[in-house]
Amino acid sequence: MDTTAPRGLATKDIVYIALFAALTAALGLMPPIHFAGAALPPISAQSLGVMLAGAVLGSKRGGLALLLFIALVAVGLPLLSGGRGGFGVLIGTSGGFLLAWPLCAYIIGYLMEKDTAASPVKTGLYVAFGGIIVMYAAGIPWMAFIGKLGLSKSLTIMVAYIPGDLVKVVLATIIARGLRRAYPNL
Amino acid sequence: MLDLYSPGSSILHRLPPAPKMLAMMFGATLLFINQSLPVTIVATLVILVLYPIAQLTLKQAFAQVRPLLIIFVLFFVVQWYFSGLELAAYVVLRLAALILLASLVTLTTRSSDMIDTMTRGLRYLKPIGVNPEKVSLAISLALRFIPVLAQITREVREAQKVRGLERSVIAVAMPMAIRAIKMADDISDAIDSRGYRS
Amino acid sequence: MIKLENVSVSFGERTVLNTISLDLTERRIAIIGANGSGKSTFARLLNGLALPTTGEVLVHGLNTRKKGRDVRRKVGFVFQNPDNQIVMPVVDEDLAFGMKNLGFSKEDIATKTDEILTRYKMSDLREHPAHLLSGGQKQLLAISGVLVMTPDILVMDEPTTLLDLRNKRRIARAVAALDQMVITVTHDLDLITDYDRVIAIDEGRIFADGAPQDVIPTYEKLMS
Repeated sequence: MDTTAPRGLATKDIVYIALFAALTAALGLMPPIHFAGAALPPISAQSLGVMLAGAVLGSKRGGLALLLFIALVAVGLPLLSGGRGGFGVLIGTSGGFLLAWPLCAYIIGYLMEKDTAASPVKTGLYVAFGGIIVMYAAGIPWMAFIGKLGLSKSLTIMVAYIPGDLVKVVLATIIARGLRRAYPNL
Repeated sequence: MLDLYSPGSSILHRLPPAPKMLAMMFGATLLFINQSLPVTIVATLVILVLYPIAQLTLKQAFAQVRPLLIIFVLFFVVQWYFSGLELAAYVVLRLAALILLASLVTLTTRSSDMIDTMTRGLRYLKPIGVNPEKVSLAISLALRFIPVLAQITREVREAQKVRGLERSVIAVAMPMAIRAIKMADDISDAIDSRGYRS
Repeated sequence: MIKLENVSVSFGERTVLNTISLDLTERRIAIIGANGSGKSTFARLLNGLALPTTGEVLVHGLNTRKKGRDVRRKVGFVFQNPDNQIVMPVVDEDLAFGMKNLGFSKEDIATKTDEILTRYKMSDLREHPAHLLSGGQKQLLAISGVLVMTPDILVMDEPTTLLDLRNKRRIARAVAALDQMVITVTHDLDLITDYDRVIAIDEGRIFADGAPQDVIPTYEKLMS
């Protein structure tokens, strides 16, 4: 029996992992917000899925949910906002951000597990750390590398996205806290 | 299944997914290592020639890079300004070549075949605690949930329209999230009651 | 047959079922009760999805506490919302899911899939995405997915609540034709008029147990 395996996942864990992978995909259907005309790629709601997976499911299941999502994108399903998918997107300019998603969810989940009684503000800080700082720390060097841009220039481009990310942090914090209250033993 | 696959019978379609993926990764690595613009131009042309060979149109090739046009222009302008025309052309062309190459695999391989290859490959990860059966269950469930959650997302958007935008995002999203978790709990019970051994 | 011995279930402070002892042997048994009466928990006890806080549930002599998997092999379970029990994205994959778990052979799975799809006139839906089926078709698929596992007993938790009249009748006909023992938890009193036994539950206790013509009027009086 697998239940004796140290890393075994119960049926419910597998279902939750699939649910949050699917949630991240579904959020890609929300119409993206164009904030700079055609000058920059639009903000999508998808990284909200990353934040929620970490904050609701915790480190291991949250990280696996996003790993599953990235795998589904890699095999060619058009699950990224704008109907994109396949290896191309994952090694493109935003590849670093996308490939970091499992790690971001893991880190948010880890911080939440370390501090189960976190206040709303602290929860928000954890979500922001994993969902903005870690994501940018992986995504910006990648962008700089692949575009031979240099870190500071890449950073400048990404500053435009921070307000949208902060909105997502607030949403994720409120929803995650609500869900945790409704389902204490999620 | 909804995927980006473009049906055909070319040699690239018939090639099994695993060698195709390996060849793609090898090609991508070479593109990264190479620093010369002429080589990158040749590589891009070679990849473009592969499109008609794979029974794909150049229009399809263009569709692969179109979502990135904005960022291409941005990179090109920044590079041109700081480092000159040659580097700007090299960076953008290399990026386009990478994406065209990777898309070639995506367009000529069914997602279901790719998933099969992937789950078969997971056997080798068993020693570090990966259970291929659980992974394939998770994949199937995710594919099953996506249309359901997409429907819920559409309902959220309609409700937002009715109620007036942002103000009610939480008021709508919260019950939806609870509904989704409830569904997951029920499905989990259904899986267990249908003899699944977790 | 299923035997309940002094079964109580509580969630924290709240007692949902209170010292119930029963022998369930009839071919068609209905469990009725108001919302929150404990009847859904009762249904889940029968295949080990829920375990009694005190007391035991025995299915063919197997204790649900210790032999959950063997019990679930004998007791098929149909949920209220078919959307929440279709596991796989495509009709034939979903039918195969339970059979694969039980280790049926490929040929066996193919034969049983053909047979059940023909029986419920759904052969043309074989490769159809499950989420695009109608409500009635989904519930038939849900029931089919359980029947192909050849359970001895079928437990159904409000299987017709979300269906329109035509589909309710369709499900009722499908259930009437089954050879297995069927235990239906329901609000739908029309569904159970020809059942062998009706058990009415209120506030966690059995207050009426017998033939439909005796129990249903008592229940209706209590509800009014």
